[in-house]
Amino acid sequence: MGRRLSDLFHSHPRLQVGGLLAGPVGWLVIGYIGSLVVILITAFWQVNALSGEVEQTFTLDNFQTLVDEPVYRSIAGRTIAIAALVTITDALLAFPIAFYMAKVASSRMKAVLVVAVLLPLWASYLVKVYAWRTILSSGGILNEFLDPFGVSGPGYGNVAVWLVMSYLWLPFMIIPIYAGLERIPDSVISASEDLGASPMTTFRRVILPLAFPAVVAGSIFTFSLTLGDYITPALVSNNQFIGNVVYNNIVNNQPLASAFVMVPVAVMIIYLLIARRLGAFEHL
Amino acid sequence: MRLSRRSQWFLRAGVGLTLAFIYIPLIVILIYAFNAGKTLEWPPDGLTLDWFQKAVENSGARDAFVTSIKAALAATAIAILLGTLASLAVSRHRFFGRETISFLVLIPIALPGIVTGIAINDTFTQVLGVDLSLFTVIVGHATFCIVLVYNNVVARLRRVSTSLEEASADLGADSWQTFRLVTFPSLRTALVAGALLAFALSFDEIIVTRFTIGAELETLPIWIYNNLFRSNQLPIINVVAVLVIVISVIPVYFANRLTREVGGAAPTARGRAPTEAEAIAVP
Repeated sequence: MGRRLSDLFHSHPRLQVGGLLAGPVGWLVIGYIGSLVVILITAFWQVNALSGEVEQTFTLDNFQTLVDEPVYRSIAGRTIAIAALVTITDALLAFPIAFYMAKVASSRMKAVLVVAVLLPLWASYLVKVYAWRTILSSGGILNEFLDPFGVSGPGYGNVAVWLVMSYLWLPFMIIPIYAGLERIPDSVISASEDLGASPMTTFRRVILPLAFPAVVAGSIFTFSLTLGDYITPALVSNNQFIGNVVYNNIVNNQPLASAFVMVPVAVMIIYLLIARRLGAFEHL
Repeated sequence: MRLSRRSQWFLRAGVGLTLAFIYIPLIVILIYAFNAGKTLEWPPDGLTLDWFQKAVENSGARDAFVTSIKAALAATAIAILLGTLASLAVSRHRFFGRETISFLVLIPIALPGIVTGIAINDTFTQVLGVDLSLFTVIVGHATFCIVLVYNNVVARLRRVSTSLEEASADLGADSWQTFRLVTFPSLRTALVAGALLAFALSFDEIIVTRFTIGAELETLPIWIYNNLFRSNQLPIINVVAVLVIVISVIPVYFANRLTREVGGAAPTARGRAPTEAEAIAVP
């Protein structure tokens, strides 16, 4: 029987492809993409104010609420603004080290640095947030160090969220930029130098334009991860982010939560379309 | 690139500062695990190993640890199966929509975590009427772990020439024999690497997990989260935090070793030796 099946697959490659893909594509398309469609549909349902039951009838009320309530508008604005700030911060922090790794360091040093940057990426996300919670706490290490200078740390709040998220997602920015810079042939840089360009000019006119799609590729991660995070805001601030509203409503008002999650989805779709136009997908 | 001494010096300083920024919080948490005091005041009151003992004896943390291991093992098993099947289809066959498969496996991890979380939550509770449990956690984790196995195996298959598989077929082996005796042995380390990464990712995941876990259950990260605001638990959390880091970093380290040995020997199609970055890089 196994032998016959094997022969069948061998003589019908299409059947073989089908057999290979049925599981993974079924899981991801029916299971996952299907679930995304479910939230899209749920977003147009409503919770009955009296009974608390979900009514499966089409309504735009959830979206109306999100637009009308100033609190939701400011939460969405805050989340997107911090995502943008984190992305810019990470790009600025990542570029020098990525450049050093790709173009300056010896191959031995390069290997060490790649691991040094990547390993912490895998060291528990929650523990890293927790580490920052201890560092930023009122009697914590940051204030202890800043105290002699007569200043104090940012404490918990928006600044802390920005700082911690920039920390968390930094390796996601370093690696694509490093890989992007690696791809620039040294001969292109030499050519620029031989033609008399100063290092600054070479950087600005040659390296930066060629590396830009890689920066955009990294920014997809920093932006998306910030939009989707609700643990960091809960641990180092008292402010609500989109994720907090979504999480807090999953039990009592799933339709509203589903509608609100459409905001990061829409933002990410637009972001991905722009990123693709800028050539970032080659660098993912 | 030719750089002046001064710019080289600035660049090195920048690299040093960035590495310090990356590592200081991890070192701080490591020190706190040995903190004799019960608060987060800096500097620690003294050093002790007592909390390690207390953490091991803590039944809540122990149960959560077991739950995390179960979830990670099951999610990894599903990810290996689905990731390998998809990568074999993409690497060894041509078919309509082939390019979209790489994108499809990437979406669950590329979309914001809350999206994946609520999507799975919604489908189970609203549509299927299934109560959240360990099973729903595993489904969620497996979904975003597929890409880790897939990427590693696709990268390996790209490097392994198809001529061996063709020779095997010419010599009369059927597809299953060829897979078992020729393809699989060359994939083994890539599979293990992908599995280790999937395990590590599942083990410390919290964003999607909180949307998909049953009310009575706790994974280790969720146990940490639920106890964070109880100040008498802080010393134990510090210890558990270090354990979580160690348990997620060790597999990644080995995954990296496994793919480097093979990678160093064979240049890729692009003509350069693959860097370690490919093994443990951002999916």
